[in-house]
Amino acid sequence: MIGVSGLSVAYGAVQALRDVTFEAEPGKITAVLGANGAGKTTLLRTISGLVKPRAGVVTLEGQTLTGTHAEDIVRRGVGHVPEGRGVIGEFSVEENLRLGALIAHRGRSGRREALERQYTLFPVLGERRRQPAATLSGGERQMLAMARALIAQPRVLLLDEPSLGLAPLVTADLMHTISELCAASGLTVILVEQNAKSALRIADHAVVLYVGRVVANDRAAVVAGDERLRQYYLGLVE
Amino acid sequence: MDAFWTSRVMSDILGGLTNGVIYALVALSLVLIWRSTRILNFAQGAMAMLAAYVGFAVLAPSTNYWVSMAVAIVAGVVLGGLTERTVVRTLYGKPEINPVVAMVGFLLVLESVAAAIWSTTERSLPTPFSIIDWQLAGRPVAMSPFALYEVVTAIVVMAVVAIVFQFTSLGLQLRAAALNPEVSRLLGVRVTRMLTLGWMLASGVGAVTAVLVASNYFTGLTPTTMDGVFAFGFIAAAVGGLDSPVGALVAGVLLGVAFQFVGDFINSNAIILVALGLLIVSLMVRPSGLFTRRTERRV
Repeated sequence: MIGVSGLSVAYGAVQALRDVTFEAEPGKITAVLGANGAGKTTLLRTISGLVKPRAGVVTLEGQTLTGTHAEDIVRRGVGHVPEGRGVIGEFSVEENLRLGALIAHRGRSGRREALERQYTLFPVLGERRRQPAATLSGGERQMLAMARALIAQPRVLLLDEPSLGLAPLVTADLMHTISELCAASGLTVILVEQNAKSALRIADHAVVLYVGRVVANDRAAVVAGDERLRQYYLGLVE
Repeated sequence: MDAFWTSRVMSDILGGLTNGVIYALVALSLVLIWRSTRILNFAQGAMAMLAAYVGFAVLAPSTNYWVSMAVAIVAGVVLGGLTERTVVRTLYGKPEINPVVAMVGFLLVLESVAAAIWSTTERSLPTPFSIIDWQLAGRPVAMSPFALYEVVTAIVVMAVVAIVFQFTSLGLQLRAAALNPEVSRLLGVRVTRMLTLGWMLASGVGAVTAVLVASNYFTGLTPTTMDGVFAFGFIAAAVGGLDSPVGALVAGVLLGVAFQFVGDFINSNAIILVALGLLIVSLMVRPSGLFTRRTERRV
C-alpha cells in the first residue's frame, strides 16, 4: 500500500500540487486522471523522489519515502516509467534491461534469468534484444520501459501516460498487459493517463486532479459514471 | 623489405604513430569527461602533470620506474575525484562560460603550485627502455624500444577503458548516467558517484599519459610539460568529436602522423599552423566532429 498525504509541490511561484491525499492498494490499478497541467506527472515525480514536496508525505507500507533520494526509493520497491518512457535510445534493448536489473539481481546467472523472464513476458523484446532501443516502435518502447521497471521486481509501479502516441489498438493491448500484470503479481499500479476512457476501463480506483487539487477519489466505476466529472474534468462528452 | 621499413615515409608514419597515441590518450580523457559532465577539462594536462610529479618527484629518483608509475596513476585518480567533488561540482548547470573560466583558472593554479613546490627546472625521468632506434641493415627504423612501449601502453590503456565501458556493469552505469541522468536515477544508478568515477578514470588515463610524455628523453618533466601535448590532444578530440571515444583515438593517431609528415616535408614550424587550420576547417564543416553520429542530445 502506497499512501500520499497532504502533498503540496511548487515550482517557484507556481503551485503544482495542493494538499493531495489518496491511497493505492496492492493488486489494484489506481488511475490518476486530469487534463494537461493538472499535476499528474508532478505527482509521480514526487512519489519517486525526483521532486521534493513543499509539504506532505509519501509512505510505502507505513514507512516514509519523502526525503529519500530517487536512487534509493527505487531500491525500496517503487518503479517509475517516466513520461516519454525514458528508454535510452543509444543502448540496445538488452542494455536497457540490464540497467534495470542492476539493483535487484546479483551475479551474471541471476541477471541472465531475469532477462529471459522479461523476454518470455514480452517476446518482441527478445527478438530485438541486440537492436538500439531508438529503432523500436512506440509500442515496443513502452513494452521495454515497462519490462525495464519490472525486472527490478518493484512492489509499486508508476506509469506516466503509457498510451501517449500509441495507436488505439496498441493502447488496448497495453492496458490489457498492465491489468494482467497487476492481477497476477499483486503489484500496486498508479496509472497516470490523459486518455481517461481507456484508463478507467482497467482501473479499480480513480483519482481526478484539477489544477493540482483532488476533485474526485473513488472507485473507477463511480468516477466513470459521474456525468459532472466526465464533462468538466475528463473531457469525455458523448 | 629493409629499405621499406627505413624509408622516409615509413619513418614519418612510425614517428607519427608514437606521438599520435599520446594525443589520442589526451583526447580520450577529454572525451570521457565531456561525455559524462559536459565540461571541457582544460586543466586535464596540468592535473596529469601534477600526478606525474607526485609519482616521480616525491619518491626519490632511485625508486623503481614501475612503482613511480603506479603512484602517479593513484595520484591522478585521487586528484580527479577530488577535483570533481570540489571544483567541478559547483559548475553543473551553470552558464557554459563558467566551467571554461574555472578550468582554465584551475590549470594556472596547478601549474603554479607545481612550480612553487618543485620549481620550473626540468627533471628528466628514468626511461624503462632504450630510446635508441632499432636498426635494419645499418639504417635506423623510426621506432625504439621506448617508443614501442609508449604505443603498447597506450593501446593497453585504451583497451582497459573500452572493456570497462562496454562489458562491465560499472561501464553500463557510467554510460547511462552520461546519456540520461534522470532515468538512470530512477533505475537506481548513483549518478553523482558515477560522475566522480568518470573523472577519476579520465584523470588516471591522464596520469599515464603524463608519465609517458615526461619520461621521453626529449621532454622531461616541468610544470608546463603537458601544455603542448594537451593542445594537440584537444584538437584531436575536437576533430574526432567530443562525444566519440573512437573518434578521439583515430583523430589522435592521424594527427600525430599528419604532423610528422608536415614537419618532415614542409617545416616543423608549420605544424601548429596546420593543426589550427585543421581545427578551424573541421569546426566549420562538421562542428560535432567527424565521428559523432548526428543525433540531437536530449537533456
